[in-house]
Amino acid sequence: MILSKILKNGFLILAACLVLTACATKKEVTTAPEISGQIQGDTYTGDDTVKYLADGVPDRVFFATNESILTTASRETLRAQAAWMRKNSNINVVVEGHADERGTREYNLALGERRANSAKDYLMTYGISSDRISILSYGKERPVDAGSTPLAWSKNRRSVTVKAN
Amino acid sequence: MKKNLIILFLLIIFPFKAFALIEVDITRGNLNPLPLAVSPLSIDDKSKTSFKKILKKENIGSEISIIVENNLRTSGLFNPLSKDAFLQAPDIANLKPRFEDWNLIKAQALITGKVTYVNEKLRVEFRLWDILAAKEMMALAFTTVPSNWRRVGHIISDKVYERLTGEKGYFDTRIIYVAEEGPKTQRKKRLAIMDQDGANNKFLTLGNELVLTPRFNPASQMVTYLSYFKNLPRVYLLDIETGTQEVVGDFPGMTFAPRFSPDGKKIIMSFAKDGKSDIYTMDLENRLVEKITNHPSIDTSPSYSPNGKYIAFNSDRSGYQQIYIMKSDGSDVRRISFGNGIYGTPVWSPRGDLIAFTKLHKGNFYIGVMRTDGKGERLLTENYYQEAPSWSPNGRVLIFYRETKTNAKGEGFSAKLWSIDLTGYNERLVETQTDASDPSWSSLLSN
Repeated sequence: MILSKILKNGFLILAACLVLTACATKKEVTTAPEISGQIQGDTYTGDDTVKYLADGVPDRVFFATNESILTTASRETLRAQAAWMRKNSNINVVVEGHADERGTREYNLALGERRANSAKDYLMTYGISSDRISILSYGKERPVDAGSTPLAWSKNRRSVTVKAN
Repeated sequence: MKKNLIILFLLIIFPFKAFALIEVDITRGNLNPLPLAVSPLSIDDKSKTSFKKILKKENIGSEISIIVENNLRTSGLFNPLSKDAFLQAPDIANLKPRFEDWNLIKAQALITGKVTYVNEKLRVEFRLWDILAAKEMMALAFTTVPSNWRRVGHIISDKVYERLTGEKGYFDTRIIYVAEEGPKTQRKKRLAIMDQDGANNKFLTLGNELVLTPRFNPASQMVTYLSYFKNLPRVYLLDIETGTQEVVGDFPGMTFAPRFSPDGKKIIMSFAKDGKSDIYTMDLENRLVEKITNHPSIDTSPSYSPNGKYIAFNSDRSGYQQIYIMKSDGSDVRRISFGNGIYGTPVWSPRGDLIAFTKLHKGNFYIGVMRTDGKGERLLTENYYQEAPSWSPNGRVLIFYRETKTNAKGEGFSAKLWSIDLTGYNERLVETQTDASDPSWSSLLSN
């Protein structure tokens, strides 16, 4: 068949394409320039989208790209949430984990779960029983900001503690 | 639906000697599509009137030929010529074409045929002619219920494609996908199914709960997908024929990223717990659940090799998402993606030799293919966001979805299905009634 001949030619062209694309740095994270104090490193530090479970108890924490590590500010927020939950022992919560739109759907579902668990673990460290906290990952399905900018993505990488009852 | 499958092949006449006369090179894409003429299928007045009554179509012969023409054009391998230039009437051409006439308009192949109404059935015969060699290449006839007329067009397309390229076609197939509507922050998503050419679109869920990633069973018309029913994200099984749904397995947490094994007897998926996601299978007959990976990382997007012996999957155990391969029992895990960037959604080609993937590199998303040892990476298309390739059953075409970048106000979001040839040519928008994502291509409905 002529097929195999053309196949070979096709591969040659593609090999050429590969050479052209195969020169780049390792780093894949799109780091944003710091936007007037709203992003630090890669993590959102503003309060545009934040709601409050009670006075002084923010409902959400933010994450860096691909990360589920809690920042100092996040830990402070979660300690406030834990204190509030201890005071309101009848309240259970759902921690919803979210990712930004710059990842594949399935991986983001897993990443959202990992972020929500990160917050859950911290709440548990501060004395909240695990049966009061359930986890729900939305992956990238429920962004709060519809934008396609690093700032919008940083607001969407979050876990949100929501009253379950 | 079952009755639609009853298509009788009445006679199959192949030419005595199949010289490879015309041959279409399928590796070249649309650079040089083969010019061919699809003559409207001829129809006698009595049959025409009967079909008009049943199907509300003025001339079912022309309608079927239009389906064939569209299919062949969309493949990028054929260039169906304008019917205005045809000199010979459809009925006469079907008996014996005047090859000089067709040669004159530069057609290299000709499709003719005849439609008749026989015992309340639709009977279609068609012939494929080699114009240069002045020979009949193929003649086929089938009888089916009239409502199946579109499928007849697809089956003819598949037969022509197979005869001219030497590979099975992919036209008598369906696509299941997620139909999307509403603002980006609050998308309403429904399962939907359509013929490969966009016809017969049907919504399978109402949109009350979020649904994602439907995938066909390669061996039947079953579908597995992720539903947020009662806010519990779980893998479900759906029978398209009966509409019955059931949860797959009894997991104390989110199950996602489902796919069938090649024999359709197992579902492979991820189960997320305590911040880690592992790969599991469930046997659909005895309901036995098996844990395949056990690693603190995220292991997801599993896809079996067509012989069922291997599984490709996505893991971030190296720090970032990469593609790995293991034996189907979870042993012998090997990373295969080593290019620049991060890699996801590996999908094993039905031919077994390639793995399609999504790649993120320097802020752009690519659909590409690599060999199963990770070598020979080829990137087929680059865009702001695109992912989730699914193979046509013959392994020649990939369908995937693409999302647009929004403007400064967060407006202008859309999600659409696109297809591209394995060669990287013939990239096409696949039209859908609503926005669409997560496409999955069925196997051939008839064989």
